[in-house]
Amino acid sequence: MPDATGLELIAQELRDSVAEAVLDTVFFREQAALVVVPGAVPATLAHLRDKGYAFLASVHGVDYFPVEPRFGVHYELLDMHEVDRISVRTRVPLAHPHVPSVTSDWPTADHQEREVYDMFGVIFDGHHDLRRILMPEDYEGFPQRRDFPLGGEPVLFTHNEAKTPGWWK
Amino acid sequence: MSDLESREQRLVPEIPYREMEQSGEISHIPNPESEELLTINFGPHHPATHGVLRLITTLEAEIVRDTKPIIGYVHTGIEKTAEDKAYWKAIPVVERMDYLAYYFNAMAFVGAVETILDLEVPPRAQYLRVIHMELNRIMSHLVWLGTTALDLGAISMFWYCFRDREQILDLFEMSSGQRMHTRYFQVGGVFEDIPVGWEQKARTFTKIMPERVDQFLAVLMKNEIVLQRLRGVAPLDEETLLAHGVTGPLLRAAGNPWDLRKAAPYSSYEHFEFKIPVGTVGDNWDRMIVRILEIKECCRIIDQALDGLPEGPYITPDRKYALPPRHELATSMEALIHHFKLVTEGFRVPPGEIYYPIESPRGEMGMFLRSDGSSKPARVHMRDPSFVNLQAFRPMVKDLYIADFIATLGMLDPVLGGIDR
Repeated sequence: MPDATGLELIAQELRDSVAEAVLDTVFFREQAALVVVPGAVPATLAHLRDKGYAFLASVHGVDYFPVEPRFGVHYELLDMHEVDRISVRTRVPLAHPHVPSVTSDWPTADHQEREVYDMFGVIFDGHHDLRRILMPEDYEGFPQRRDFPLGGEPVLFTHNEAKTPGWWK
Repeated sequence: MSDLESREQRLVPEIPYREMEQSGEISHIPNPESEELLTINFGPHHPATHGVLRLITTLEAEIVRDTKPIIGYVHTGIEKTAEDKAYWKAIPVVERMDYLAYYFNAMAFVGAVETILDLEVPPRAQYLRVIHMELNRIMSHLVWLGTTALDLGAISMFWYCFRDREQILDLFEMSSGQRMHTRYFQVGGVFEDIPVGWEQKARTFTKIMPERVDQFLAVLMKNEIVLQRLRGVAPLDEETLLAHGVTGPLLRAAGNPWDLRKAAPYSSYEHFEFKIPVGTVGDNWDRMIVRILEIKECCRIIDQALDGLPEGPYITPDRKYALPPRHELATSMEALIHHFKLVTEGFRVPPGEIYYPIESPRGEMGMFLRSDGSSKPARVHMRDPSFVNLQAFRPMVKDLYIADFIATLGMLDPVLGGIDR
């Protein structure tokens, strides 16, 4: 992990190369994270890749409901030579949940961005095949959102659905 | 000329690719783009898909030109369910993600919680965790080896592997009362100390297992069918694997010795001496041998952990996070209060976000955990290795025969419970 000072140095470098990209730095439990604006995600990842963080380990979606901007997308980068990790985070509002896709540079983000889209409704601009991945194609709603209720899921393929519509309610 | 020939040049030298099949007409189709393509639906209910994986596959006669995985058939919303449970009650749900690596799921989760809590785990608990995780790794590899050999048409391997797997499940049953999804790992330690006689039984197993591995190798290494089916088939270079986020035995088979147990040790892995088997070209043969040899190294780790098993508590003495011992409840009011608070509300975790990666049998298993300060996690996300590794399947099998497509899927070792969660 870069320590707190190292993180600030990386953040300063980024501020120099991409103006107004870095919003904040978080250093929590020895893990470093950069908070950037959504538009700067590809540039930030490319910059960090040049610094050695060449492996995109994971992409997470987070819902910070009820705080706006509501959705978070986290990219976990890994430097296999220095055994070093850094997290890049971005936040997008419910009204305009758009993040540029990074699949062209990082093919591994394909499934993971689709999962974030499926679960949270965050749209990745430029993704070549942004479809639902875990939920059925005709599913309505984004189930991992914090305001999506738990339970009450209509059951598909029920034989008596025609006779008693909405029996599960 | 067809893509098949361009592929041949990338193969291991001196191993002609399936000479017998090349005598057929199909590898000499002059213009593959103009030929008739057939799209078939492979799965989801097909025994060779190791679960409910559906692959939309485009064939040109017998050659796979394209494949697209469709997943989600066993999506059960585990991450959503875990958000509605107190931290310690979420463990059994999380354990059911990758159903062949339940100790690893639990470890990723409790490790993430402990990191946010900044909670120290007693050394004995760390060693017990290592022992159980390595047993689990052997168990997972045995299931993989048995079922994959079954895909290749060898039913005897299946019986051998499941015979040995049974001993591991017996050990799990003895230490925790359950054979699968044991809920043995707790936040702060493990549920119970190992019972009397467990160590002896575990040592019997680690003594016999390397011999069994030698037997497996004797069956497989000189088997003409296995050699022809696996050697030089579906190799993928390190760069492509890394670009697709592949970790674990698949990456090690291509020659990259990346293993989190060595690179970034957790749970006292730095105390043990073990080797990381790596392959050379990353074909199906390497993928198989790397996993089989890993079983031997797991046995070494278990032996060392049993030798050096420290005395002391098996769970943190901090009553705010671990249940008090049962006998204290009758005599201590504080213990009763702690018990009541833990069982009803659970413990609260300070706000924060953490990514906690461990090395599962299939690669980097990472738990992303967000806490908002309450007693329930605000976001639980598992970076499951099968889910990510599946993306490398298409580059692996492109322009292969459909029989090798099945073998390669087996060597990929996907666990659909982990993919779909």
